[in-house]
Amino acid sequence: MGGDIIKELKKYNLLGRSGSGFPTALKWELVKKAKGEKKYIICNCSEGEPKNFKDKFILENYPEIIIEGIKTALNFIDNSSAFIYLKKDYYTKFYKKLKKLSKGLPIEIVKKKGGYLGGEETVICQSLEGKRIEPRAKPPFPVESGLWNCPTLVNNAETFYCVGKIAKGEYQRTRFYTISGDVKREGIYELPEKYTIREILKETKNYPDFEFFLQSGGGAIGEILLPEELDKQVQGIGCIVVFDSQTNPFDLMKEWSQFFLAENCDKCTPCREGIYRINEMLNDKKIDEESLKDIFLTLKETSLCPLGANAYKPFETLIKKIIR
Amino acid sequence: MISIIINGKKIRTKEGKTILEVARENKIEIPALCNHPDLKPGASCRVCVVGIKGSKKLVTSCTTKVYPGMEVVTNSSKINKTRKINLELLFSQHREECSDCVWDSNCELLKLAKKYKVEINRFKDRKENYPVYQFGNAIQFDSSKCIDCRNCVEICHNQGVDFLEIKERGHLFQVVPSKKKNRDCIYCGQCLTHCPAGAFESVGEFEDIEKPLKEKDKIVVFQFAPSIRSSIGEEFNLPYGKIVTGQIVAALRILGVDKVFDTCVGADFTTTSEAEEVVERIKKNKNLPILTSCCPAWVKFVEQNFPEFIPNLSTTRSPQTILGGVIKTYWAQKEKIDPKKIFVVSIMPCIAKKFEIARPQLKVLGMNSVDYVLTTREFARLLKRHSIDFGKLKPVKPDRIFGEPSGAGVIYGVSGGVMESAFRTAYEKLTGNKVNNFKFKEIRGMKGVKDAEVKIGCECRKIAVINGLGNAKKFLQEIKTGKREGYTCIEVMACPGGCIGGGGQPMPTNDEIRSKRASSLYSIDEKKKIRKAHENPIVKKVYKELFSKNKKIAQEVLHTSYNKKNKGLVKKI
Repeated sequence: MGGDIIKELKKYNLLGRSGSGFPTALKWELVKKAKGEKKYIICNCSEGEPKNFKDKFILENYPEIIIEGIKTALNFIDNSSAFIYLKKDYYTKFYKKLKKLSKGLPIEIVKKKGGYLGGEETVICQSLEGKRIEPRAKPPFPVESGLWNCPTLVNNAETFYCVGKIAKGEYQRTRFYTISGDVKREGIYELPEKYTIREILKETKNYPDFEFFLQSGGGAIGEILLPEELDKQVQGIGCIVVFDSQTNPFDLMKEWSQFFLAENCDKCTPCREGIYRINEMLNDKKIDEESLKDIFLTLKETSLCPLGANAYKPFETLIKKIIR
Repeated sequence: MISIIINGKKIRTKEGKTILEVARENKIEIPALCNHPDLKPGASCRVCVVGIKGSKKLVTSCTTKVYPGMEVVTNSSKINKTRKINLELLFSQHREECSDCVWDSNCELLKLAKKYKVEINRFKDRKENYPVYQFGNAIQFDSSKCIDCRNCVEICHNQGVDFLEIKERGHLFQVVPSKKKNRDCIYCGQCLTHCPAGAFESVGEFEDIEKPLKEKDKIVVFQFAPSIRSSIGEEFNLPYGKIVTGQIVAALRILGVDKVFDTCVGADFTTTSEAEEVVERIKKNKNLPILTSCCPAWVKFVEQNFPEFIPNLSTTRSPQTILGGVIKTYWAQKEKIDPKKIFVVSIMPCIAKKFEIARPQLKVLGMNSVDYVLTTREFARLLKRHSIDFGKLKPVKPDRIFGEPSGAGVIYGVSGGVMESAFRTAYEKLTGNKVNNFKFKEIRGMKGVKDAEVKIGCECRKIAVINGLGNAKKFLQEIKTGKREGYTCIEVMACPGGCIGGGGQPMPTNDEIRSKRASSLYSIDEKKKIRKAHENPIVKKVYKELFSKNKKIAQEVLHTSYNKKNKGLVKKI
């Protein structure tokens, strides 16, 4: 493929599958152009969002395509070597297989440190350098200065899967969807990326025949959608969680706030203290709307990393659409 | 040069600076709490947020660098609202104890609270039951005031100590003292001067400062360190670096203390003794490089982390302890006072000096050489409590006998000063020639490691001056691995810039402030007639009348010993 890979990535308008949707071709070019004698490639298989298992599914079924994708990146970026960064249980499960598949390639397979946040790109750099598990301030972005201050390409496992498929000429413009919650056929499905949420649910015979709402994007960070809002694509990491409308919204919010409380790094004020106060209000069953609104605003506007900046979304949309 | 726009105003500046830096240079106010010029921006408080055109989110001005054509807004209802909320969230984890706070009237949190109309008690203090930790007899950390900016952890790491750590307890990370056996506080107090929330204080910072004045049946003798004469004025709104030696004495007179001496005279004794050691070690080629030992935090650091270098430490005591010893021997004898009736108090820029005076190896005739230490801040607080209008005091001279130091004794308060003083004396002893060029440029200034070579006779000798323990740690490791070799003398001060940047000094502190304090001390030296320690008449006199006659007393007053240190006291209160 050589230099043509950028053209191909652009042709398919491949967007990163980590949730942020950054154009893959652009990221690759930035790393290639960045100054640095040594460069690094990181395949991020650290999915930590609840109710999301697509990386695992791909590792289980198509590891050779992931390796093909990493190989393509290694060929494209001069003087590079790669890391496959695996969530602890994935490391145990897939280490041998990946080791075998990457034989002869400069690929190191490493175990993730930390929880959910351990999957954020600058946190991965911190972890690989043996430093404290917390995000770095951006800029500089990893493409310029990442692992050991070298230009670093961090892509999600699914992104490398797509690149591998593209490199082999087999890419069908699909993506992976994790469907869970109050559905009959929970699972991971590979379907066209163009599909709307409604189409996905119908195609997989999961469209509820009862009153419901759902969470789209991620199992914690995703926004809440009503049945009339499903004619759009899934955001983020492709998670759809269906909830029977009888579900207690407060229990659901408690679940989220406990997740964020446990998984955030406590570095910045809005996320550390804001999440703490949301959790406290839910536990005490004393919701102060004004405070909640204020915390959402400061999370959104002033958080250090995407975890904090998006954490307000499920709460805000649930309150707006379901509670009243 | 590039152009950017802040609040509609075009500003020319240099690329590579942060928005916060450019704004401050142009007198545009952006609030910043966790930002400290000594540290890499942690960007944790999120109070310095600003808007830039083209960015969906607000950005932190402490980390965002300017670029050509950048358009910045530092003031809008959204910006002010998020600042207010973040401040309220910060207050929700900060237990206020404003009456007893090292920031006194200078608290940035409170200033911002007023400016942004913050509801301080909007949320219940979540850290109400968090503990106070005490480190040795020197420092207390009240974790119920901590706002988790982690500046203390960062500076403790930069100091090469890593005693303060971040640990997760019940889903919340918090700053705690290390439980590791080989990690201990060295009491430098840099955590204190870099904490925006006043979570650290010295032991007795508020409760015990009147203690020295209550020793009614004793003869209370005060001495004050070199560096405080150019720093304490800040506590009374005098300009940075203002020299107030005479006002310090005048204030002490008002407090009614019996005698006031200058620790710089103690420094002259230290220099004279240490220079002798240098000469002897060079002659015997033994235990080189000689490491200075007047900084107690550094001494403790060597004892606990690099015991193999203990033989290299100079055995000469620090200025305050030598002067204390001279007071309780020579002076007591002369004045026919029972030395047990003398209560020596030192005003020091340093918290570790509280630890130093409790070292058993520093006794004189079975007594403590110094009985009590007040930091610069504590002394200033004492004066404020006694309503002493410091700025308006007429300068008074200290008591003559130990009141007239050489210029060498005064520059002890700056990184490089001890080395320069020792050099002035040792050079003459080694070569028989007079030192005429006093300014030893290579070892002045705020740089962390200053290397120099000195020609002594026909020999070239390598010396180094280090400030900041992180630099010293690296230096010792490099000596161990052979990367550095052949040094004769190494001066180390734990704090940035030396004692002028000490943990007991007024706050805030930064390179600019430290430089001003330093240059004032150098200016005092320049004006002195006697600029060499060994030429100080009182030093000559005490050597002649006491030390040369009684070697045992000389040894006891001038020298000390060291030992490998285990972890000291760390307790929860």
